[in-house]
Amino acid sequence: MDFETTLRVLTELAGAIWVTLALAAATLPLGFVLAALATWARASRHRVARMIAVAYVTAFRSTPLLVQIFVLYYGLSQFAWLRESPAWIVLKDPFACAVVAMSLCTGAYTAEVMRGGLAAVPKGAVEAARALGLSPLKVLFLVTVPIAVRRALPAYSNEIVVTLKATSLASTITVMELTGVAKDLMSQTFAVIEVFCMVAAIYLAINTILIMLLRALELRLTPLHERPKPQRTARVARPNAAL
Amino acid sequence: MAGEASLLEILAWGDQGWSRPLLVGLGVTVACASLGYVLGVGLGFALALAKLGRNRWVAAAANAYTTVVRGVPPLLVIFLLFFGTNGALMWIAGGFGYNGYIEVDAFTVGVMAVTLVSASYSSEVFRGAHATIPGGQFEAFAALGLRSLAGLCLVIMPQMFRYALPGLGNVWIMAIKETTLLSVISLAELMRVVGLAGRTTGQPFFFYGVAAVVYLVLVAASSRAFVAAERRMRWG
Repeated sequence: MDFETTLRVLTELAGAIWVTLALAAATLPLGFVLAALATWARASRHRVARMIAVAYVTAFRSTPLLVQIFVLYYGLSQFAWLRESPAWIVLKDPFACAVVAMSLCTGAYTAEVMRGGLAAVPKGAVEAARALGLSPLKVLFLVTVPIAVRRALPAYSNEIVVTLKATSLASTITVMELTGVAKDLMSQTFAVIEVFCMVAAIYLAINTILIMLLRALELRLTPLHERPKPQRTARVARPNAAL
Repeated sequence: MAGEASLLEILAWGDQGWSRPLLVGLGVTVACASLGYVLGVGLGFALALAKLGRNRWVAAAANAYTTVVRGVPPLLVIFLLFFGTNGALMWIAGGFGYNGYIEVDAFTVGVMAVTLVSASYSSEVFRGAHATIPGGQFEAFAALGLRSLAGLCLVIMPQMFRYALPGLGNVWIMAIKETTLLSVISLAELMRVVGLAGRTTGQPFFFYGVAAVVYLVLVAASSRAFVAAERRMRWG
C-alpha cells in the first residue's frame, strides 16, 4: 500500500469512527430506557404488562438483529399508510432506523442483565432496610438499586461491547460506519489485510477504552471493604480457592 | 381480505410459489451454521489447549486470536474472508504459474467465517470449563498412575464438556444468527431468499416476518435441545 492510499484510507476511517460512535451513543441510552421499562413491567402486578415484557425480551433475543433491522427499514416501508404518517420521519432515515432496531435489541438483552443484577441483591439487605422503617421507594433507591448496579456492571459492559460491534450492521442499510467504509476500501484498494488490521485496531482500541472506564466505575462503586486486594496476594490465594 | 388469498398464492408449493426457495434457503442456513459450528468447536478446543499449554508463545498467539476475533464485528471478518481469500489463493496459485481468476464460492466463505468466530468464542468456553475443574483431580489421576494425556481424555474432558455445554449452546445460537450476515456477500441462505421474495412480490414485511418466526423457532428449539442435553449429563 503506497503512501497516498494509506492517507486516503486513514482519513476515510477517521470520519467513519464518528458514525460508529454516534450509533452506539444513541443506541445505548435508548436501549437502557427500554430495558428499565421491560424490567419494571416484568415485576409488575398486572399480568398483561408482564406478558408483554416477557414476549418482548424473548422475541428480540431469539431473532437475529439483521432481521429486526430489515423488518423495520425494508418491511415497514411497504405500507402506504405508514409512509404518510409522522412515523415515516424516523422510518425513512436509515440512521434513525438502525438506532431504533438496535435499541430494541440491546434493550431486550439489557433487561436480562438487569434481572441478573436484581436477583443478586441479598434478601437480608432489603429486609434490614425495611426493618429500619425505610419506605419502599427509599429501599429501592438506597439499597436495591446500588447493589444491583454493582452486580450487573460487568455483564452490562459486555453488552456495551456487543452493541458497539452490532453497529456494523447499520452498514447493510446504507449507514456508512466503520465496517461499511472498510468494505468499500477493501474492494477499491485491494489492500484487504491492511484495511482489516487498521479497522480491527480501531475497534479494539474503542473496546479497551470502554472496558477500562467501566472497570474504574465498578471499582468506585464497590465499598472499600469489598474491593479486591492488591494483585500479589490475589495470585497466591487462587490455587487454594480452586481446591 | 384479498391480501390473504394472494399471500397463500405467494407461499404455494411449485414454480410460482415461494415455499420451495424458502426451504432451500433454510437448508443452506442450517448447513452453513452446523458445518461452521462443528469445525469451529473443534478449532476452539485446539485453541483452548494452546492457551492452557506450557508453550508461552503458542498461548499468546491463541489469546491474541481470541481477542481480535471477539473484539471486531463478525461482519468485518466476513468481509476480510470475502475479499481476502480470492487474492490469497490467486497469489499462491501465481507462485505455481497459474494466473487465471480464482473465486471461492460464498458458501465456503460463509462456513469459514462461522468457523473462525465460533472457534474464538468456544475456546473461551472450554477454558472456563477447564478452570472449574478442581485442581485435586489433576493430582488424583496422577496419583492413580495415569499419564497426562490419558488423564486429560478420561478424567478432565468428560467433565469439561458437561461444564461447557451451556456455553456451547450459546455459541451455536450465535452461529445461526451469524449466518444472516452472509446475505451481504450474496450467499443464498434464508435471509437472502427472503429479501429477494420481498422485493419481487412487494411484500417485504410479510417475508421478513416469516424469517423472524423461522429464526425464533430455530433458536427456541436449539436452546430446548441444549437444556435437555444438560439435564441428561447432570450428575446422579
